[in-house]
Amino acid sequence: MAHFEKANSIYEWLDQRLALTKLWKVLAAEYWIPKNINFLWAMGVILMTMFTILVISGIFLLMYYKPDTKLAFDSVNYTIMQEVWFGWLWRHMHAVAASVVFLVIYIHMFTGIYYASYKKGREMIWISGMLLFVTFSAEAFSGYMLPWGQMSYWAAQVITNLFGGIPFIGDELVIWIRGNFYVSDPTLTRFFMLHVFLLPIVIMMLIGLHFYTLRIPHVNNQDGEEIDFDAEAEKYKAGLKKESKVIPFWPVFISKDIFVLGVFMIFYFYLVFYHYNFAMDPINFDPADPMKTPPHIYPEWYFLWSYEVLRGFFFDVGPLSAMDMGLIAFGIANVIFFFLPWFDKNDEVAPAARRGGFFIWFWLLVADMIVLTIWGKLPPTGFNAYIGYVAAVGFLALFAALPALTAGRSGLLRLIIAVTVILFIAGYLQYTKTMGNGFIITLLFIIFYALFFLSPVIVKRVSGGAR
Amino acid sequence: MNKELKILAIIVALVGITYWGIEPYAHSVMHPHHEPATFKYEDLKPLPVKGNAQRGAQAIVNNGCTGCHSIKSQNIPAPMDPVSASASYGVNPPDLSNIGAIVDPKFLANFIKNPTHAALLEHKFGDSKPYPMPAFYGSDQDLADIVAYLVSIAPKNLSDREVFADGCGRCHNVRYDKWTVLGDRPKFKNKVEEADFELKLAKYEENLKNYLGTTPPDLSMYIRSRGGEYIRDFVENPQKLLHGTAMPRVGLTEQATEQVVSYLEYVGDRKKEKRNALGVWVLLYFVIFSILAYLWKKKIWAEVL
Amino acid sequence: MADQKRRDFIGMVFGGFAAAGGLAALYAMKRTWDPLPSVMAAGFTTVDLSPMKDGELRTVTWRGKPIFILKNPPTDNCNKEKDEAQKRLVDIGGSKYLIMIGLCTHLGCIPSWEPEKKVFHCACHGGLYDACGVNTFGPPPRPMDIPPFKVEGTKLVLGEEGPEYKKLVGKA
Repeated sequence: MAHFEKANSIYEWLDQRLALTKLWKVLAAEYWIPKNINFLWAMGVILMTMFTILVISGIFLLMYYKPDTKLAFDSVNYTIMQEVWFGWLWRHMHAVAASVVFLVIYIHMFTGIYYASYKKGREMIWISGMLLFVTFSAEAFSGYMLPWGQMSYWAAQVITNLFGGIPFIGDELVIWIRGNFYVSDPTLTRFFMLHVFLLPIVIMMLIGLHFYTLRIPHVNNQDGEEIDFDAEAEKYKAGLKKESKVIPFWPVFISKDIFVLGVFMIFYFYLVFYHYNFAMDPINFDPADPMKTPPHIYPEWYFLWSYEVLRGFFFDVGPLSAMDMGLIAFGIANVIFFFLPWFDKNDEVAPAARRGGFFIWFWLLVADMIVLTIWGKLPPTGFNAYIGYVAAVGFLALFAALPALTAGRSGLLRLIIAVTVILFIAGYLQYTKTMGNGFIITLLFIIFYALFFLSPVIVKRVSGGAR
Repeated sequence: MNKELKILAIIVALVGITYWGIEPYAHSVMHPHHEPATFKYEDLKPLPVKGNAQRGAQAIVNNGCTGCHSIKSQNIPAPMDPVSASASYGVNPPDLSNIGAIVDPKFLANFIKNPTHAALLEHKFGDSKPYPMPAFYGSDQDLADIVAYLVSIAPKNLSDREVFADGCGRCHNVRYDKWTVLGDRPKFKNKVEEADFELKLAKYEENLKNYLGTTPPDLSMYIRSRGGEYIRDFVENPQKLLHGTAMPRVGLTEQATEQVVSYLEYVGDRKKEKRNALGVWVLLYFVIFSILAYLWKKKIWAEVL
Repeated sequence: MADQKRRDFIGMVFGGFAAAGGLAALYAMKRTWDPLPSVMAAGFTTVDLSPMKDGELRTVTWRGKPIFILKNPPTDNCNKEKDEAQKRLVDIGGSKYLIMIGLCTHLGCIPSWEPEKKVFHCACHGGLYDACGVNTFGPPPRPMDIPPFKVEGTKLVLGEEGPEYKKLVGKA
């Protein structure tokens, strides 16, 4: 047994039993972070804050919310929004944070992609982060159901229906998930359980894992420089703070994060008080009505890109039905980011700007996902459907091309070109069949290919072959 | 620092484009623009003659209006209770005490003359299915007198809730304000009274449903689901925004419509003022928070940079 | 050595036993997620067709959806070839019945039956269906769907796939 002496203060008493000083050093005062970073490195702390806001506001909403299809809508829109002191504030904060948290997640994610923070020892950081993304998505989806408005209901109906596309067990699986043949009371109560208990617990554990995965490979920096953290830490501790390439989490790193957080909070609370409709869809203030579909059904904005990948395949190609292709593409879109560390065959850690063709790939991916997001909300009629199709095929093509692009293997690249050309020709035929002159869609394809396959070459020429 | 501003600019631009696409642009595609309401009812013609309120008091009785309508402020009672009236007509005919204050006089004259035409319900009612209120067969002078009379007896100041009750409340419930299509939900002494009221309400709503083909929605949260601007334009001309709807054009004046919107705002968004007031302070707090955080950061980073 | 083996064996038995308990618990959890018996029972709606009149539309609710039943619909207004229209009708007790899910295949609004015009009209976006439920105008992409059903005498059981249903949708 350890030896204990009489403590002279409460802190000392606790320190003997819990090693507070050591813990503080390990977690904060001597947890080293590169100095060469920008404000994008503050997204983690912002996310942590947003999650805390979600948990706290959620607790107070939980005090008055009633998970029953007959009571849910009024408990939210009357009791919480109009009776409970500051109930409206918690609701607005919760709804807006749930939406904005995804904006920060996407920024966080694309920061990681841009600076190559997903490879060469940092794979587990990436994977645990992606697991968090998926769990947050489930958490958002289950939470969106709870107010039991029209969008809650129909989004739940459409999304649970997607599981029906799984071969053999699909139909039964949908009923099993819903607990009924259609979205109804048992569906609400089980998603309530998931939303307020199981998924938050999983998220908390995953956040712990995500932090832990940073321990050994350490946080990346703006130049992808490999830093000897031990040596640099010694330098810092020896007083050479200006020369050292690292800074401690507390107080140096966090002081910058808190400033960024403060600015972010101004933006966030502006949305909470004055600009919330994007996160609290007006249609959801109509009570759920299984007998009446709203004229336009769309998911929340952060799901639009994958929803559009699903919707983009809207016509049959040979033996493949539109529905099956869409579901397969949707399935791929939802897991593909997990494999990014292995799709990228180049193990160089550097900002995308210094990774040749990858730079173009990165911005094409960003552009494609923005197009998917916007067209995911627009009604899929007429020409919009074709833009969605090109963007959806383009999304898959980008990932399919990544290994060949980063390894410089032209054979595979050719195969991918062949497959996407076939898909695009299918789109062209469908277009001329239903929309007449195929000039515009041809132009669309040409622009896509020009950007996709020619620009890496141009960039290489210009930058003198960075890779 | 320069580099960080550049990154920020890129992020703001990308987020801005995405936001523009999924909110203003997408909504403009999904909900095409329409002209805002003018409350002029320009498709209707004004009466060629001027009315006389005193003669109107007699004309309104002579022309049989009070056979269906009550005028409580003039001690003319309703000939039927609301439930029986709804069984006969589909909906309880309105009390006329306040009608001259909330309905545009030109609209009122046209409505009395030809209800289906003024209400824009010619697609629903015709010879095979007549509108419950018959068209007026009297002289234009009688008509003008009646309208003048109704305007003369109407009170000058009505509360938002009274306007709503007369203008919308015979078809629409507002459960967040304990308003039913039969009027205020009373306090019940015992279960029998409550069951009795619920039965009456159910009968009335069923008659209403048969009459309109659909149950008119409860309007408690309409201020959040539709917004004040939509409600305003919708009330002025329902067919323009929802073609084929069973809702009649009711001819409210601009002021009465504003009062309806403000009533719905009270019912569905009664914390709006608090929200707007508190927001300023919270934002101010975080502005100061950020300034202090920046100064703190500068002090700390001075050691390492 | 023998000791080691015995320890391995015991370890494996214990591990297997513990895993069996875990599986049993998982089974219980899976069953708890299953739809309740009352919910499953409510998934099958029985309708007595005998009191129906010609040309009368009846709407019953099945699994939260409206089901249209129309006895001897005025098929002269079915725009498609007579055969194809007839194919959507079921013969029950000498009468023809049109049975379909009363949701517009465009966006799921409930169309209304207009007997004088012999069409189903969807008020949401102006879609039209003929008296056989086949889309003839507007945005609906396909005819109204046919729910699984079984015929028992003059009774209709919604939710079960009877031979008449299979014949109708070509699953026979």
